[in-house]
Amino acid sequence: MLRWKNINHSFGLTEVLEDISLTLEKGKVLSLVGPSGCGKSTLLNIAADLLDPTEGEVTNTFERLAIVFQEHRLLPWRRAIDNISYGLKARGIAKLERYRIATKLATRMGLDTDDLTKFPHELSGGMRQRVSLARALAIEPDLLLLDEPFTALDVGLRRDLQDLVISLISEHGLSGVFVTHDLSEAVRLSDEIIVLAPNPGRIVYRQKITLPVTERSETYVFRAVGDLMQVPAVDAAFRVDEKAA
Amino acid sequence: MLKDNIKGAAAYLWSGWGAASALLLFTALWEFGHQVYGTLILPSPLQTLNALGGLYDEGIAVPAAIITAKRAMFGFVLAAGVGSVLGIMAGLSMTAARAMRPIVTVMLGIPPITWVVLALMWFGMGGGSAIFTVVVTTLPITFSGAMMGTHTLDQGLRDMARSYGTPFRMMLWDVHFPHVLSYLFPAWITALGMAWKIAVMGELLSTTDGIGGEMALTRISMDTSGTLALLLCVLAMLMTVEYLMLEPIRRKMEPWRTTTHNSFSTPKGF
Repeated sequence: MLRWKNINHSFGLTEVLEDISLTLEKGKVLSLVGPSGCGKSTLLNIAADLLDPTEGEVTNTFERLAIVFQEHRLLPWRRAIDNISYGLKARGIAKLERYRIATKLATRMGLDTDDLTKFPHELSGGMRQRVSLARALAIEPDLLLLDEPFTALDVGLRRDLQDLVISLISEHGLSGVFVTHDLSEAVRLSDEIIVLAPNPGRIVYRQKITLPVTERSETYVFRAVGDLMQVPAVDAAFRVDEKAA
Repeated sequence: MLKDNIKGAAAYLWSGWGAASALLLFTALWEFGHQVYGTLILPSPLQTLNALGGLYDEGIAVPAAIITAKRAMFGFVLAAGVGSVLGIMAGLSMTAARAMRPIVTVMLGIPPITWVVLALMWFGMGGGSAIFTVVVTTLPITFSGAMMGTHTLDQGLRDMARSYGTPFRMMLWDVHFPHVLSYLFPAWITALGMAWKIAVMGELLSTTDGIGGEMALTRISMDTSGTLALLLCVLAMLMTVEYLMLEPIRRKMEPWRTTTHNSFSTPKGF
């Protein structure tokens, strides 16, 4: 279980999160949705212990967490296979074993052996994000944190990777927190959607989705997004973004 | 792996053709200049080579080159070592980096000739003055390279490394070191080029041996072809060190900067 309890956070004088309390149960996927600047990524960084909240506390009973960042954050000076096995190396696993795990995972992710010897700059954007996802999964996490990992990709590619994430989550029995500003992505992937509004970031709406992820058709997703946008609080949260833009 | 290395070496040597043709063009222009201005002002490339042969036969060229090389390399290694270590330390602290910046700017701004004059007054005539001048002029370059490299470490990569619980040694070796190195190499190469020039200049004013010392003699006897021959000698040494030593080391340590084996094919998958 992952729990944020009464989290308040400020960067200098700017308050970015106001009294956030959330719980992620084991085996569930939670989506944090909202316009830019609503503190979604900050919440994720707090959960990953990369940031200490100004107030409040985080309880994490998961054994191993892994994050996939918005930018791939691969080491430019290491080949794809070494990037995938980065977390394993940090855990002190021997090189041969690391490479065995990385190669197996890479195949599952649609990367071939030729790609594994390439440096990040030689890979396309989609391939880099696959490597980054493989790096997270290589350490066999029980909690996966995804920080808008598909934002920079085009629509077709995004769907491919969303499908991949859905199947990987069910294969590995993972729990996950998924940060996105795309409602349809949230509806497609998660068990519960949390909508945040900015200035300062606060929860304005929560909705559980009971239909199993694999049974969510395109029509279902569109309808669910439409329904969500009808909710005045959700609509208002996204309109703030339009005004700011 | 061996095959890759041989292929890499062959490709590296092959890339020398471009440089060779540029050098030949330069030689042609040189010859043209000689035709226009005559031997006293600008001896022809052939006359220069003959002069170099003469210096070699007299047993002057090689010992002089060795002395200069020793001074330049000793000064360079000292400056690269001390400058890199101090620079990394300064880069780790924001305050130190801020405090050092104006000092580095001042040091880089001091004309090397001033250092030669000061060195002569402090250490007197001799090789020590030349080495001192090399060290003080190249140290700020390696220092600022190392400081910039350490200072500009990507916070995103650091967070990534922290999220995987990276141990300290791996953090240095896998995350920090390659980044710093990408700043250090250009600084080292600049410092190396500078070291040769400064060593010759220092010798010219403070010693009677080494390439610089010999050059002072050719100046006295108005031996232009001798001066050019000695110049050729320095250039040949500099290029040997840079292209046969530093560049291969850089390629070995930073393969991610030179690899392009994807450039002619579309990335797979998409």
